[in-house]
Amino acid sequence: MLPKIIMTPEDIRRTLARMAHEIIERNKSIENLVLVGMRTRGVPLARRLAATIASFEQAEIPVGALDFSLYRDDLARLDLQPIVKSTDIPVNIDGRTIILVDDVLYTGRSTRAAMDALIDLGRPEQIQLAVLIDRGHRELPLRADYVGKNIPSSRHEDIQVKLTETDGLDEVAIIAQSSLKEGQQ
Amino acid sequence: MRQVQQKDTLTVKPEAPPLLWRHHHILDLDDFTLEEIELVLKTSDAMKEVLSRAIKKVPALRGKTIITLFYEPSTRTRTSFELAAKNLSADVVNLSAGTSSIVKGECLIDTLSTLEALGADIVIMRHPMSGAPYIAAKYLKASMVNAGDGWHAHPTQALLDLYTIREHKGSLKELKVTIIGDIKHSRVARSNIWGLTTMGAKVTLCCPFTLLPAGLNHRQDQFPKVTIEASIEHALDGADVVMALRLQRERQPSGLLPSIREYVRLYQLTESRLAKAKPDVIVLHPGPVNEDIEIASSVARGPRSVINEQAANGVAVRMALLYLLAGSRQL
Amino acid sequence: MSELLIQNGHIIDPSQGLDETGSLLIRNGQISWLGLGKSSPPQPDFDVINAEGLIVCPGFIDLHCHLREPGYEEKETIASGSRAAARGGFTTICCMPNTNPPLDNQAAIDYVKLVATKEGVVRILPIGCISRGRKGKELAEMAELAQAGAIAFSDDGQPVRSSRLLRQAMEYSLAFGRPIIDHCQDAELSQGGLMNEGIIATRLGLSGIPAAAEEVAIARDLALAELTGARLHVAHVSSQGSVELIRRAKEKGIRVTAEATPHHLTLTEEKVIGYDTNAKVNPPLRTQQDIKALICGLNDGVIDIIATDHAPHTENDKRCEFARAPFGISGFETALGSLMNLVHEGKLSLRLLIAKLTSEPAKITGNRYGKLGTLEVGAPADVTILNPGLEWVVDTKDFVSKGKNTPLDGERLKGKVMATIAQGRLVYKDDGITIERKAH
Repeated sequence: MLPKIIMTPEDIRRTLARMAHEIIERNKSIENLVLVGMRTRGVPLARRLAATIASFEQAEIPVGALDFSLYRDDLARLDLQPIVKSTDIPVNIDGRTIILVDDVLYTGRSTRAAMDALIDLGRPEQIQLAVLIDRGHRELPLRADYVGKNIPSSRHEDIQVKLTETDGLDEVAIIAQSSLKEGQQ
Repeated sequence: MRQVQQKDTLTVKPEAPPLLWRHHHILDLDDFTLEEIELVLKTSDAMKEVLSRAIKKVPALRGKTIITLFYEPSTRTRTSFELAAKNLSADVVNLSAGTSSIVKGECLIDTLSTLEALGADIVIMRHPMSGAPYIAAKYLKASMVNAGDGWHAHPTQALLDLYTIREHKGSLKELKVTIIGDIKHSRVARSNIWGLTTMGAKVTLCCPFTLLPAGLNHRQDQFPKVTIEASIEHALDGADVVMALRLQRERQPSGLLPSIREYVRLYQLTESRLAKAKPDVIVLHPGPVNEDIEIASSVARGPRSVINEQAANGVAVRMALLYLLAGSRQL
Repeated sequence: MSELLIQNGHIIDPSQGLDETGSLLIRNGQISWLGLGKSSPPQPDFDVINAEGLIVCPGFIDLHCHLREPGYEEKETIASGSRAAARGGFTTICCMPNTNPPLDNQAAIDYVKLVATKEGVVRILPIGCISRGRKGKELAEMAELAQAGAIAFSDDGQPVRSSRLLRQAMEYSLAFGRPIIDHCQDAELSQGGLMNEGIIATRLGLSGIPAAAEEVAIARDLALAELTGARLHVAHVSSQGSVELIRRAKEKGIRVTAEATPHHLTLTEEKVIGYDTNAKVNPPLRTQQDIKALICGLNDGVIDIIATDHAPHTENDKRCEFARAPFGISGFETALGSLMNLVHEGKLSLRLLIAKLTSEPAKITGNRYGKLGTLEVGAPADVTILNPGLEWVVDTKDFVSKGKNTPLDGERLKGKVMATIAQGRLVYKDDGITIERKAH
């Protein structure tokens, strides 16, 4: 089955720019923001958003990386071992507004795990969620504050996000799959 | 809240494909590939970061029951495992069987079956007889972690030793590692020999020949190649890493050494002998240290010693192993 | 049945130099007629076993086994052990005296003989102790033991530590014409040892028993045999060095015979990897080099016979840490099958293998108990029928012995005992054999 391309590099660039503006618009004090990318692809996305915001507001927003593997609820059901990387957030998160950044929002379980991880690290004033793609099928009562693109999908389809930093190119594609592995995003 | 050591964790490299973790038990390092050891070490990095936080606990092993079963006393290793398990939010029970129950003839398999019936997901066992954990692995569904069996293996110690060396030296490839002491009766030595050679290091053994096990370098399909040196000066020449082993009086039938004095005279790791090694050599010891027996106290406490770091790294490495095991299933 | 014809089999009887097609007739517990080629016996009135395509040879003689009764009946009894021996093609077995109580007096020997008569299905010849209580301190009453029926003297299970005692035992035994069988092992060199000393033991972290522990003891025993002129039989030889020592002793004319077990002839120390307690045996399994030397020894006569050292243990006994498990392999039922490997690989001729199990052990037991190890007319009808090419898989669930402790469980072997006749009675029959009953 050939993948169907939904977003080209140009689409992604424009969408991220729009999201950056939304973030600026909704948050009165940019200085209190911290962008935390959920590993793995949320991290380059967080960096790009921070760069875009910085170019408009002349303010450096700290960027961090969050590994939430240790908070997952589906450890025993995975076939392949995810490699646990470290969490690296360069500032104290107490009292700050954290914007969690991820590539795809699907069941919501990763977001829940990421929030638990964040809350163990400190006491943020607010947590907001920014995702490049929202593909529906939530299993928990969670929603994203900033959505790049809504892509309704069936459970038999796989949404593949590729970014230059991790995969060598920018692209979002949808593939029909016979077996969708739970937990792999 | 700047975290420790990570170089630049925000630059994301193209992802290596996740490794299929196939170990349901951790019995020895003789069946770990280089990639698998790397995975354990990388996971240990993540765990070390967790240990640097204010809240050292993560919920990864919530609901899992981990039972430590120690037939030999060991506060250090057992505490290390207990902390590792608790930091992962597992429920931990500690049992000290003591050697009296072995003497009484209580069947190991029965004890382990009972533990499994009680709901143990992981059993961590230290036993004075080589091979004991293999029996458990044969009869149990739960995972078995070998915390030391007789003279045979101590895989978690070797992994934390590798981790400590890697922290200081980066890559283990081509490193000259010298191990000094009672090799014959040392499970730490054996597991380290497997781990170090798999990672590409060159191992030299140095001890009186009565403490050297038989058949070394005889069949490289059965045991890794090592260099044997009788003279400690030659053994230390140009070494990057020196590992001193505890002189295990409790395991030696009498007669393997004429006296401790003579051992000290020939094999104690002193400052002057250590000077033969590379200037940035690091000194390891699995502990507990017999100061001024196998190692001079000035060396054990000196600037080259990383003995305290080993203990600290032990919790992180054990957390990594328990985490990796929890994701495995009996195949 | 009183009359049985074994027809058209390939008769291999080393004692008579026979190696050709023929038939033999059994009557009243004896070989009453043997005919070569297509000849038939005079009176055509008997049951028939068609042995076409099969080997017919004298029943095997095992000079070294452990029947565990009296004292350890949970591991084996004379009944179960003898039936297991029958399944393995053995018609005469010599049981070691390390029972409880040990066989160091007439009453004990009589007990074994009594139970053997009532419950044993093959001929059982007891071996008496060298020392009282097997304690290695004082001589046992060898005259009494010999008279009661002991065919040899041994403290097997233990070596004879005291050179003084061994010398005395050798000198004293000369009067009775029975060999001293020694389990040659230097106690201190092998103390605490669990497997062959070498790289595998190093890898497994197990204490090793060096080959030298056996060689040192054999050298001592040979010197004493030379000194006293006694008959020495070396039990379960396992090392290359031992074979060499025995070779030189024979060249000097010392009266020594030696045995090797099927497991020492076919398995190496690698069987211990994984801590399989079923591979824990004393003397231990050694290396490929040692196996080569033992096979060489079989071929040039240095190793006179093959004996099983059948040593059964309960499953519970062996189901524990390697260090705690008792030594021993249950060997009757896999002996022939595992030894046939050597024949199939061209390392040993079938004829020589059969000799090592029949005519050669008979030279050591002597004819006191009948003409053993032969298909001569007039000899007791001890016959084994085997299929040298039949492939089968070892399954300890099928074992007749109480001891399931073998490292060969699940192994595919080629060569099987099809029927065993002991003193004229059919004591084992594989389903593949049919008996045509005589018409009435």
